Amino acid sequence: MGVEQKLGSMGIVTYRLEDLVNWGRTNAMWPILFGLACCAIEMMGSQASNYDASRFGMELNRPSPRQSDLMIVAGRVSRKMAPVVRRLYDQMAAPKWVIAMGDCASCGGVFNNYAIVQGVDEIVPVDVYVAGCPPRPEALINGFLTLHEKVRGEKIKDWA
Amino acid sequence: MNRNQLVFDKITIAIPDAIEEVLDFRGEQTLFIQQKHIKAVCQFLRDDVEMQYNFLSDICADDMLPDYPRFAVNYHLYSMPQNHRLRLRVRVEDPDDGPETVASVWAVATWLEMEVWDLMGVRFKDNTSLRRLFLPEDWQGHPLRKDYPLGYEEVQFSFNWEDIDAKKPYAKE
Repeated sequence: MGVEQKLGSMGIVTYRLEDLVNWGRTNAMWPILFGLACCAIEMMGSQASNYDASRFGMELNRPSPRQSDLMIVAGRVSRKMAPVVRRLYDQMAAPKWVIAMGDCASCGGVFNNYAIVQGVDEIVPVDVYVAGCPPRPEALINGFLTLHEKVRGEKIKDWA
Repeated sequence: MNRNQLVFDKITIAIPDAIEEVLDFRGEQTLFIQQKHIKAVCQFLRDDVEMQYNFLSDICADDMLPDYPRFAVNYHLYSMPQNHRLRLRVRVEDPDDGPETVASVWAVATWLEMEVWDLMGVRFKDNTSLRRLFLPEDWQGHPLRKDYPLGYEEVQFSFNWEDIDAKKPYAKE
């Protein structure tokens, strides 16, 4: 592989800790298991064998917010659901990130009415918005990669 | 004998001034019932041996805003033994003084009336559990009424983007 040439005789490699931590965070970012509407079908599609989210270490959806790092808000959030989504976000352990998947989660989409929150950025801080109604799995994967790009530039002390 | 006609005749005999009007659309009968008689008519339709409307499919309400009376409540009945469907319609003049509850006839009416009150604001007399069912508990107003605002947030275009963006409540960490 070539990497063994960097070992030297002591078996030690020097590297920036921040880069190493961020590399670890991007490569095993477990999403929380919940879908709110039709976008969830595409989310499942991007995790199933055709698009295979396990390439990014995120094939494992955790049903517990305590064990998950990423919240994919897949679908429209009704005003009655909003406190639940916020509570799940609060229960997630830091570091944590949010992807607003699809038009409804990003800005309310076609549902500009009394029942739907006009964008989940009103209730949780969103890192990446994915457009589409619903977005294809490629678009969601592009959202993952955009988030990875962001995470690679993060400072550890910002989460402390 | 036509079953629709039979229903009409039996109600007319049992409760003479209950029916205001009959609407027949392609064999689908709607009986307009006077508000004060709705419970008696429902009781009769369930208990009579030839009627046996033992299943209340749905209760829903209409808002016909410019018209008076403004509200109408529809009861969709089904008779399993007779395999016949019937719609009762009650015109409601004052939504705060709505028709009497039919929960003693069909227990499910408690929930259906709760839904009607939640979204349309028709208050059923003697239904003691009228509370928020679909909407959050602190909701103001009844959103399916025609005078309820249709949109929630003004649509953003390039010319008003920043104005709306400044007012938007973004979540903090």
